[in-house]
Amino acid sequence: MDILDLTAVDLGRKIKAGEITVREATEAALRQIKRREPVLNSYVTVDEEGALKRADQVQEQIDKGEAASPLAGVPVALKDNLCTEGILTTCSSKILANFKPTYTAEAVINLQKAGAVVLGKTNMDEFAMGSTTETSAFGATKNPWNEDHVPGGSSGGSCSAVASGECFYALGSDTGGSIRQPSSFCGVVGLKPTYGTVSRYGLIAYGSSLDQIGPIARSVEDCAVILETIASYDFKDSTSVARKDKDFLSALADDVKGMKIGIPRDYFGEGLDKEVRDCVLKAAEVLKDRGAVIEEFDLGMVKYAIPAYYVIASAEASSNLSRFDGVKYGYRTKEYEGLHHMYKKSRSEGFGEEVKRRIMLGSFVLSSGYYDAYYLKALRTKALIKNAFDRAFSRYDLILGPTAPSTAPKLGVSLSDPLKMYLGDIYTISVNLAGLPAISVPCGQDSRGLPVGMQLIADCFQEKKLIRAAYAYEQSDDGQRGRRAGGQRNE
Amino acid sequence: MANIISDETIEYVGILAKLELSEEEKETAKRDMGRMLDYIDQLNELDTSGIEPMSHVFPVNNVFREDVVTQGDDRENMLRNAPEQKDGAFKVPKTVE
Repeated sequence: MDILDLTAVDLGRKIKAGEITVREATEAALRQIKRREPVLNSYVTVDEEGALKRADQVQEQIDKGEAASPLAGVPVALKDNLCTEGILTTCSSKILANFKPTYTAEAVINLQKAGAVVLGKTNMDEFAMGSTTETSAFGATKNPWNEDHVPGGSSGGSCSAVASGECFYALGSDTGGSIRQPSSFCGVVGLKPTYGTVSRYGLIAYGSSLDQIGPIARSVEDCAVILETIASYDFKDSTSVARKDKDFLSALADDVKGMKIGIPRDYFGEGLDKEVRDCVLKAAEVLKDRGAVIEEFDLGMVKYAIPAYYVIASAEASSNLSRFDGVKYGYRTKEYEGLHHMYKKSRSEGFGEEVKRRIMLGSFVLSSGYYDAYYLKALRTKALIKNAFDRAFSRYDLILGPTAPSTAPKLGVSLSDPLKMYLGDIYTISVNLAGLPAISVPCGQDSRGLPVGMQLIADCFQEKKLIRAAYAYEQSDDGQRGRRAGGQRNE
Repeated sequence: MANIISDETIEYVGILAKLELSEEEKETAKRDMGRMLDYIDQLNELDTSGIEPMSHVFPVNNVFREDVVTQGDDRENMLRNAPEQKDGAFKVPKTVE
């Protein structure tokens, strides 16, 4: 048995049973990082020394019976927009290239309390703005299934690390699909929780009304356990929701009998790759065979989600990113004349092209004269999108469709046309606008061997329905639990 | 392209965004923003009269806590990442003559 083929929870069980030590698991992941990083570039920072030291600490806790969590001792990778005290946190941007936070994100603290061993920080699109991980200031990440292709984004490093066995699970963040779309492209499971479920304290903000942290792993069970661990009410995040139904493990039942699942016709129209379509509809058949009631319907509003999103997300980004001014942290330009010139020059040299593009669009739509026409119009559209989902969830437990219209594109083709890249988020973006939970589950490969993901969407606070259906699918013959690029369970 | 971004507009956006653009970057920005706004103008197909702008999906209210200092007096940590500091403060270029 190769340790790297274990899911996070399976590894946790073996650690607890004394079959594998925490150090062995950590060393196995670090060896895999050494082997794969020269090509994949999933990580911005690998903290080998810290991870090994922590591994021994956690082992001691486990030996004393002080670490009960299923994740105790399991090595994890964190997206590089999650603050980690004393460990470089760059957001894959030149402007934060030397930033070592003095505090740790709440979600990460929750993992640490559960005995997590942090391996390092993963590559991403700069400030999570992008869909391919190619806007990173530290080079693109490669898709572990085919190195000529992108891993998706913006949590591309986290997904690539999970898919290749460079870690056993990871955290990502999702503002418009940034957990689900790269999970789909990398053949792993990624869950975006209901807005407010996981504290955003210590998550470097992009679009605050849309951002949410979530798990990325090689099984639905892993995602349920990780979500249960990181979800918490936190007064330091004013949008945090005090939830009482956080026992997500209870939803791991292979039972979808009578579950009503709607398939939006408007998710299967023009622009959807035929191979993706076939894989997703086949997955729907699997759920039907297991007792779910599947029905087609018209969701509506689909084409308006992307324009509304780019107005809202860019507006929030322009405000959030005004904190990077070369004074309190981050990059400061070398030569300048006066304070304002220092601000402008530091920001212009520190931010990459895509980030500047969105800051400018956001500044424009918030400026007087355009605020009503663009920003308020987008917020009204958001209300209509929410209404469309409300109507759907009055009839269905879940919505099922593709996560992305295609499998992973080749490196280099997306950046030349930003608008086209934005269109790739058509199925994921509306979920953030409506604050809903959604999961991407691997459901096959295209003829080139690139993974396809099915997206399940639930009403607010209904993660258990997502987990139940995703778990039932994973238990079927078509399920891909534990599948890893280069692993033994591939075929 | 229906939306033509003028030199004055891109100049103004640069001021708001606190970004300094080269002439070449300005031309690219004008083109990109025009294209994006053309695309965003699709929203005008929607009748949104009588629809309240939705900032938050859930009815979120102000969250209050007791006015007690919990993370005070942490000067050393706060300055740890400062590009320049002096006498326990952030150092910036002279702002008043």
